[in-house]
Parts: sequence; C-alpha cells; structure tokens
Amino acid sequence: MRPIAAPRPKFALKRGFGLLILCAVIGAGVFWWVTAPQGLGVNRALALKGLQGAPDRGTLVFAAGGCASCHAAPEATGDDRLVLAGGLPFDSDFGTFYAPNISSDPQHGLGAWSQGDFARALIKGVSPQGQHYYPAFPYTAYSHMSTQDVADLFAYMQTLPASATPSQPHDVGFPFNIRRSLGGWKWLFVRDDYVLSGDLSEQLTRGRYLVEGLSHCGECHTPRNALGALDRSRWLAGAPNPSGKGTIPNITSAELDWSEADLVAYFTSGFTPEYDSAGGKMADVITNLAALPESDRAAIAAYLKAVPAAR
Amino acid sequence: MKKMTKTAMTLALGLGLVTSASFAASHASVTNKAVAARHAQMQMLAYHTGILGSIAKGEMEYNSAMVDAAATNLRDLAKLDGTTMWLPGTEQGAVDGSRAKAEMWSNFPDVIAKVTDLANAADAMIGAADQAAVGAAMGAIGGSCKACHEAYRGPKT
Repeated sequence: MRPIAAPRPKFALKRGFGLLILCAVIGAGVFWWVTAPQGLGVNRALALKGLQGAPDRGTLVFAAGGCASCHAAPEATGDDRLVLAGGLPFDSDFGTFYAPNISSDPQHGLGAWSQGDFARALIKGVSPQGQHYYPAFPYTAYSHMSTQDVADLFAYMQTLPASATPSQPHDVGFPFNIRRSLGGWKWLFVRDDYVLSGDLSEQLTRGRYLVEGLSHCGECHTPRNALGALDRSRWLAGAPNPSGKGTIPNITSAELDWSEADLVAYFTSGFTPEYDSAGGKMADVITNLAALPESDRAAIAAYLKAVPAAR
Repeated sequence: MKKMTKTAMTLALGLGLVTSASFAASHASVTNKAVAARHAQMQMLAYHTGILGSIAKGEMEYNSAMVDAAATNLRDLAKLDGTTMWLPGTEQGAVDGSRAKAEMWSNFPDVIAKVTDLANAADAMIGAADQAAVGAAMGAIGGSCKACHEAYRGPKT
C-alpha cells in the first residue's frame, strides 16, 4: 500500500495556513487603512492655500471656540487666560487627559506649526507628527469649522504669548493608550453631517454652526455612549458632569422653557430668568459668549428653540 | 411712585412671586438661621437685579425712579457687613441648604473684593437714562455675580 493520501493533508494544512496568513494580512491592511491618520483633504487644503487669516476676526473665533476655557492654565484669571500653557485635567472613564500647551512657544506649544498643521489638528484631529488626538479635544465638532475661521484663529493664536511649560502626558491605560486605535473610533463616530437638518434660515444655520460646531455645546450637554462618543439620538438632552458632582442640564425644549430673550440675556450677563447667575464651567462659557456679537447669541438661542426635544 | 405704570407694577409683583417661589422651593430644608439670612440677602439681590434685567430685556417699561431705586438697593445690599451671616462652619456639606464653598472663608479678602465689584457695578447703574443704558450696565452686574458664584458656590446637590 502506497501512502498516496499522505501528502494531501499536509498540502491542505499548508494551504489553510496560507489562507489564514492572507486573511490576517488583509485584516491588518484594512485595520491599518481604517485607522490611518488622515490628511486635511484636497478641498480643504486648496481652500486654505494662500488664505491669510485676520487676527482680529480670530479673537471672535477664539471666544466662540472656548479655547481658553480648556487650554489656559488652571486657576488663571484675567489676561493670564490668554497664556495657553495647558495643564487642566479631564477625568473620564478612559483615564485622565491633560490639556496640552497650545501657546505660541515653538518648542512646547504650536509656534512652529504651519497653517496646514493647525487645520489638520482641528478638522481631522491629527497632530503634525501624524498621530491621532484623543477626542477630549473636540475635533469632532471643530470638523465643521469654516476654513476661513481656521485661518483667522491660526493668525490670532500666533499673536498670543508663548509659554515654556511642557505639556503633560495623558494618564490613559491600555488599550486606550494605543493611539492608532483612535482611527477606528473616528471611523465609527466622526460624522460630517449635522444633527439639525432641513432647510434652515440664515440665523439657524449660524446657530447650528456655533452649537454643533465651533462652540461644541454638545460635548458637555449631550450624553455619551460606552465608547465615549456623543449619543446623537439624545442630542443636548443633558449628561453627567464630567468634572465631578451634579449633572449638565438638558437644553432642549423637553426641559428648558426659557424664551429666546431669556437665553440671549443669559448668554450676555449670565443671569437666568430667576436672576440667579451661571455657575461652574458655564460661567466661563458665558464670558466667552458675551464677547460675541449679539447676532451670534441670538442665533444660538434660535437654534436651541429649533432643536428637537430630547430626553 | 406716580410714575410707575400699572404694567410695571404687575410685572414687578409677578417677578417677585416667581423669585420667591423658586427660592422657597430650592431652600426648603434650610434650618440654619445664618444660611437663611444669606438666602434672604440673595433673594433681595435677585429681586432688584430682576427689575433692572426686565427693563433691559424690554419686558418692563423703562422708568428712571424704578431703575435708580433698584440700583441703589442693589448697591446697599452688596455693602451689607457679612460678618453676621457668613459664620465659620456653615459651608456646603456642614449645614443643610448651604452651597458656600469652604474657600470663601480661606479667601475672604477676595470675596470682599468681588462683592465690592457688585456694589460698584450697581452704583454705576444709578442714573441710567434709558433702556439701552440699563442694558449696557447690566453686563458688569452680571459679571460680578458670576465671578463670585463661579469661585465660591458649590454645585447643586
């Protein structure tokens, strides 16, 4: 009896093993492709090319974006809030993030960045070194920013003081410390469409741009899922306070019945309709909103009246 | 008081009821008298700020006597000597109904500075000649309330 069957299983095993390797390679390739940090994109890059930002307009973008609220050194007051040395901790289920230094310092801040680097960071959440940022940095909202606003903000931030305070490393455990995996997170959760859709007036469009984009209200006012992404089905329906006790309120009409005039007054002076005043993180937000043109505060108020009620 | 219109009176009354009701609701469990007195002071501040705010928002008709009286009362309320009310050991967590952070006592000079800002902002409101002027002067009043609450008021529980 000749052992004719003997080579067959060997061959099959070899082929099966080969297939497995092939699948693994394709899988790794897909993973690598999906999680790869993206460039700015052709349209944005072209729009940005040769665009010169205006620092004075940038001050308004800076206020509307609330940059200092996170990136000023903790406890800084007055003009010191324009020194964007970072250091503010953000506790989360995934670890503690520290706001980095984004001052104009060329070594510790972003003084050496190009306008393109800056735009890619805001729009794509990718560093000049090609690393994903954690979404504690609200690029999911900033991705809506107009290219002009990006350029104006860049121009303004270059006029701000430099700080040589080094950025603190984030305190994030495995597996969240693998930056590459954030590519998968972005693939799942970064959306370029808006929550409020339909034919909108100019004012509502502006309000939506501010609330959903530049001013990123949803970051605190919308609850998150298990992976830390915003639950768009409960948009602005309130959430636990990430920085400790209490809750961030629902600001849809399901629970907030203030008039547009009440809202505008609140954004201007910090007074609620009962003449209590804003507290906590919102007090800081009010300081920023108060610096904006009245039309922007009215646009935000109009948006909040238009957004679907959610609980 | 002849100058006060009926609408203004109704609105002021309504506002007073609203503010009193909300304070009563949120401070039902206050048993400490010093804390109750602080809330009374805050309620008086809110009531007078409310008159000015309603005029600024256009909900209440502008009335110079009303503006000056509200601003004067606001200023004088901000000048009350707090020694009797901000007793040590009455911070949030120590007594029911208090939301005063312990930092209030460790940074008392800063607290005084902030409440003096309110007194000055209210003083600047006196003589505001029309609705727009009231609106313009509201910002500083709001800012001083907010600055102190931001630093020294604990979260709602």
